[in-house]
Amino acid sequence: MFRALGEIEAAVRKQNKNYYEVILEDDCKEQGITKEVSFEKMKHMYQMMQEADLAYDKKQYSASGLVGTDGEKMAQARAAKTVLCGDFIGEVMEKAIKMGESNACMKRIVAAPTAGSCGVIPAVFLTLQKNKGFSDEKMTEALYVAAGIGGVIATRAFIAGAAGGCQAEIGSASAMAAGAVAYLMGADEKGISNAAALALKNLLGLVCDPVAGLVEVPCVKRNVLGAVNALTSADLSMAGINSKIPPDEVIDAMRSIGKALPESLRETGQGGLAATPAGEAVKDKFSKKK
Amino acid sequence: MNLFDIIGPVMVGPSSSHTAGAVKIGRVSRRLLAEEIESAKIYFHGSFLATGQGHGTDKALVAGLLGLDVDDPNIPDSFAIAREKGMHYTISGIDLGEAHPNSVKMNLTGVSGRELEIVAASIGGGQIRICEMDGLTVNFSGDLPTLIVHNLDQPGHVTEVTSMLAHKSVNIATMQLYRSNRGGNAVMVIECDQEIPREAIAWLEHLEGIIKVTYLSLLEEEYV
Repeated sequence: MFRALGEIEAAVRKQNKNYYEVILEDDCKEQGITKEVSFEKMKHMYQMMQEADLAYDKKQYSASGLVGTDGEKMAQARAAKTVLCGDFIGEVMEKAIKMGESNACMKRIVAAPTAGSCGVIPAVFLTLQKNKGFSDEKMTEALYVAAGIGGVIATRAFIAGAAGGCQAEIGSASAMAAGAVAYLMGADEKGISNAAALALKNLLGLVCDPVAGLVEVPCVKRNVLGAVNALTSADLSMAGINSKIPPDEVIDAMRSIGKALPESLRETGQGGLAATPAGEAVKDKFSKKK
Repeated sequence: MNLFDIIGPVMVGPSSSHTAGAVKIGRVSRRLLAEEIESAKIYFHGSFLATGQGHGTDKALVAGLLGLDVDDPNIPDSFAIAREKGMHYTISGIDLGEAHPNSVKMNLTGVSGRELEIVAASIGGGQIRICEMDGLTVNFSGDLPTLIVHNLDQPGHVTEVTSMLAHKSVNIATMQLYRSNRGGNAVMVIECDQEIPREAIAWLEHLEGIIKVTYLSLLEEEYV
């Protein structure tokens, strides 16, 4: 696993290879597997994301009853053409909510990088593929780009809400997706890392404050935030707008912010939204239900 | 950690620690018992107790005890499957003190009467740790073939076990020794790079001073 986005960029230049290839080859070396085996495995991950998207049940609620059916509401808003952001972003929003709800409803998803943030990458990838006509192979390459960026974040900082707050989950997922979109749109290695940095910067400090400790409120809807932020960050990068703070330093900032977060804001369900009167009421009701 | 811990695993939601980790604890415990489970007493601790129901931790653990994997869509229906297969279980709460917040204690009984008491923790990202077996401290992940030998705290048992492993060309990845007190009960936990042949384990079981031998195999055909 690379320890810095700068290392990936250097390897791309030195080996005169593609961003995704450098990440793929590094993983093959670490795991002792061939490129073909690794690529098929990653392609399978993408297919599982496609399947999970289709498996959404528009009538199902989670065990707590807190989430469910919102993905369908977004689908209806799109059908009624009332979405201000346009149908492309509308579809990204719909898919992000659906995946988050499927996860809460104990359906099968792909953790990317975590279960709580599982909607960000599929929402962006599936919608972009449909819109631009990329092949599954090309999308698989982009998944390597996302995984490489996530690997650096996991190594330098963290990807668990309990360790670093929501910035570590939705923030990481958004940075991974942003870099992958930049890759798909033809950015060079600097542009890819820059897109990731721009996305992560926007989500620094986001706390993990799930109501009643469940991966439901606000987690499901934050997948929309992560997905849309990934696309706007990629667009900024493609327009040549640069992060004034270098990408690896942004990740280091995420780490120091996470370390400074009190435990009540790191997936304990004790602070933030979880500690509001409404949040506490849900918790009380749910513990009585047991 | 590798790339497929970042993109992946494919799992049934909602939580890698509270759902996927719980399935894995159940699966590893089942393999450690090395037979079909007849009854399981399950005691949830800490965050597993507080938020387990909402995360489906209870269903996930029972699914793992039944042998289901983390991506099995039948996990939400594990209670019904347990009823069908005649696996009895009870679920309650416990205070395990300073244990990891995502911990569970279980008393398992197999169809042949074999028993196992186990304490395990889900430590994040679907990774788990077995913390206690039959009252003695252990510490292993379940990701490697693992040999657990309970023996009397006497000279020579470590040599017996490690010589056998050398003879079978099994390389030791990690090794830990614990004991209740001097001259009392001891346990060695050995994580290996290769699988240990069944006959070698049977040989160990018959040695004097060896109380119990448990083996976690990762081969599909090795566990029921």
